[in-house]
Amino acid sequence: MAARDQVATAEAGTDLSLDVPPELTGQKGKGTSGASPWRLAGRRLKRNKTALAFGVLFLLLVGVCLAAPIYSDKIANRTATDQPASDETVTDNGEEILVVGLDGIPIGPTYEKEYFLGADSSGRDVAVRLLYGGRNSLLIGSLAALGTIILGIVLGLLSGYFRGWVDGVISRIMDVIWSFPVILIGIALGTALALGGLDFGKFSFGLIPITVQGDSLAIPIMIIAVVYVPYLARPIRGQVLALREKEFIEAARAQGMSSFRIMFGEILPNVVTTLIVFFPLLIANAILLEAALSFLGAGVRAPNPSWGTMINDGVDRIVTAPTLAIVPGAMLVLTVLALNVFGDGVRDALDPRAKVRIDH
Amino acid sequence: MGRFVARRIASMLFVMFAVSVLTFLIFNVIPNGDPAVRMAGKQPTESQIEEIREEWGFDESIPEQYVVTMRKLFTGDMISYFTQLDVVDEIIKGIPRTFSLAVGAALIWMAFGVGLGLYTAMRAGKLSDTFLTVLALIGISMPVFWVGALMNHYLGFKLGLFPNGGYVEFAENPLDWAYHLILPWTALSILFIGVYSRVLRSNVLDTINEDYVRTARAKGLSERRVLFKHVLRNSLIPVVTLWGLDFAVVIGGGAILTETVFGLQGVGQYAADAIGQLDVPPILAVTMFGAFFVVFVNAIVDIGYAALDPRIRLESDSAS
Repeated sequence: MAARDQVATAEAGTDLSLDVPPELTGQKGKGTSGASPWRLAGRRLKRNKTALAFGVLFLLLVGVCLAAPIYSDKIANRTATDQPASDETVTDNGEEILVVGLDGIPIGPTYEKEYFLGADSSGRDVAVRLLYGGRNSLLIGSLAALGTIILGIVLGLLSGYFRGWVDGVISRIMDVIWSFPVILIGIALGTALALGGLDFGKFSFGLIPITVQGDSLAIPIMIIAVVYVPYLARPIRGQVLALREKEFIEAARAQGMSSFRIMFGEILPNVVTTLIVFFPLLIANAILLEAALSFLGAGVRAPNPSWGTMINDGVDRIVTAPTLAIVPGAMLVLTVLALNVFGDGVRDALDPRAKVRIDH
Repeated sequence: MGRFVARRIASMLFVMFAVSVLTFLIFNVIPNGDPAVRMAGKQPTESQIEEIREEWGFDESIPEQYVVTMRKLFTGDMISYFTQLDVVDEIIKGIPRTFSLAVGAALIWMAFGVGLGLYTAMRAGKLSDTFLTVLALIGISMPVFWVGALMNHYLGFKLGLFPNGGYVEFAENPLDWAYHLILPWTALSILFIGVYSRVLRSNVLDTINEDYVRTARAKGLSERRVLFKHVLRNSLIPVVTLWGLDFAVVIGGGAILTETVFGLQGVGQYAADAIGQLDVPPILAVTMFGAFFVVFVNAIVDIGYAALDPRIRLESDSAS
């Protein structure tokens, strides 16, 4: 066990020896007797300064992106989709310069209030679009991850608890989704739904009278949520299969608890660790997938910005205006990296043995 | 063994069937609106739509539509209504390119992933380990199309070190083939090197504490021999499985972003180019054949493992 702790130490870059109760090490103070696993995990995470720093960085990025309307109203004086007149000029280093030059090359970074990071080829303010695009990317990423978590819980609980044909059907469906390369099923759904959207009424016999338009952000959110479900539902199912044989479940059953209550009241709290470990990593992957789909034109629809669509615009003009591609990509990498480092720290703190694998 | 193979193939065929049904549903049933309009792509004429509705049997029942779709796919009778070209022919044209990309990248990412993983495991906790582990995390966090586009622009276009896109056939000039593929290989490998080095690192650190490794050391074997003969061989098993599956995924469409950024005109780019036109038939065909390929390779990998390791086939025999 000592060796394993060393492994975790090496990964997390922290000192786990502090978890040893003081009565064993002879140290005074910092009493850990009776500390719950949660508190221990929290303490481990708190000591992992790298993970915490990146967690804070992620929150900062979220804060900055949420402030997009303030920035666009008060500072840049432009919305994310405002296009200037063809002869509109802006002050750069005291000189008046066309936003989009006569040769079609947009202005580069001015580092002033207006067009801080320059304009894109349509003359739209890159800094404003970057923040609004970040809002979209983060919104899609976190809602999709949340969707994956909810679907993963329900499907994993159902198939692990009921076994038999329920498990058979759910597991086969998971196998089938798993067979598709993630990006392929993403573009397949993205293009198929682009034209007409999705009508829930059709599948619920009119019970859910909701029609989602093809250009709605809900489309990429749903697609990404569904695509990643097998990666979560499988490990949850495995845990539930083991948990349902435990004595406390037998006791719950003997008390006459309903299956629903056993699943969500007794078993669910025991798989929460897995969900917490998965959540930041799912958001990171969802943001990357959103960017990939938008880059290929099967995600967020123009002129609505997202980091993926901005990179797509930028790559088209990389020869004349490379900042257009570099800036949104750098923001994306920073965000995903922050989530990955923080997620690793959470995993090390809660469950260092957890095998988390999410395909790209 | 024979029973295992037969069962594994039966389950492969079942999953393939399910994959084809799901693909059909994604394109023809789940979305809102007229499937004929969707199939026709951007700005179709009334008569075109009518023709497509007739041809694909969109007035018939859903099972009949499924049969028609499958027949069109497998008899090579499916055309893109945007380019008027045969979809299956175009896919076959792209295969050598996609395969070239995948083979080279797979070798690179395996070599570097294993090397990096082993090195960081040996240096666990030291500064070089922390540095390389962070580097691996950065690799995992970068979108391949972004890295690829920057590499293509700066190393290819600006510095002129590498050709700016394009593809040369292997048979024509193997050196030129590799020269044109170095950037795409590298871009595609970065993510996998990050993933593999992390997996191998944690496997090595697990294995190193096993009893048989201690025994090997106690016998007085050299550290080098212990490392390569005992630790690495066992840590590699899960990585090799991963390798087979990832290779299949990359060929089955996972390389779509790399192909698009470098203009390799492979199978993936064929589908990617169709997205902008909302040209459905190529995407349908690539999705289905890509998933088929992944399912097929999965089965081969399983059978290969069962042949090597009797525990696996016994386990699955008792499980079902």
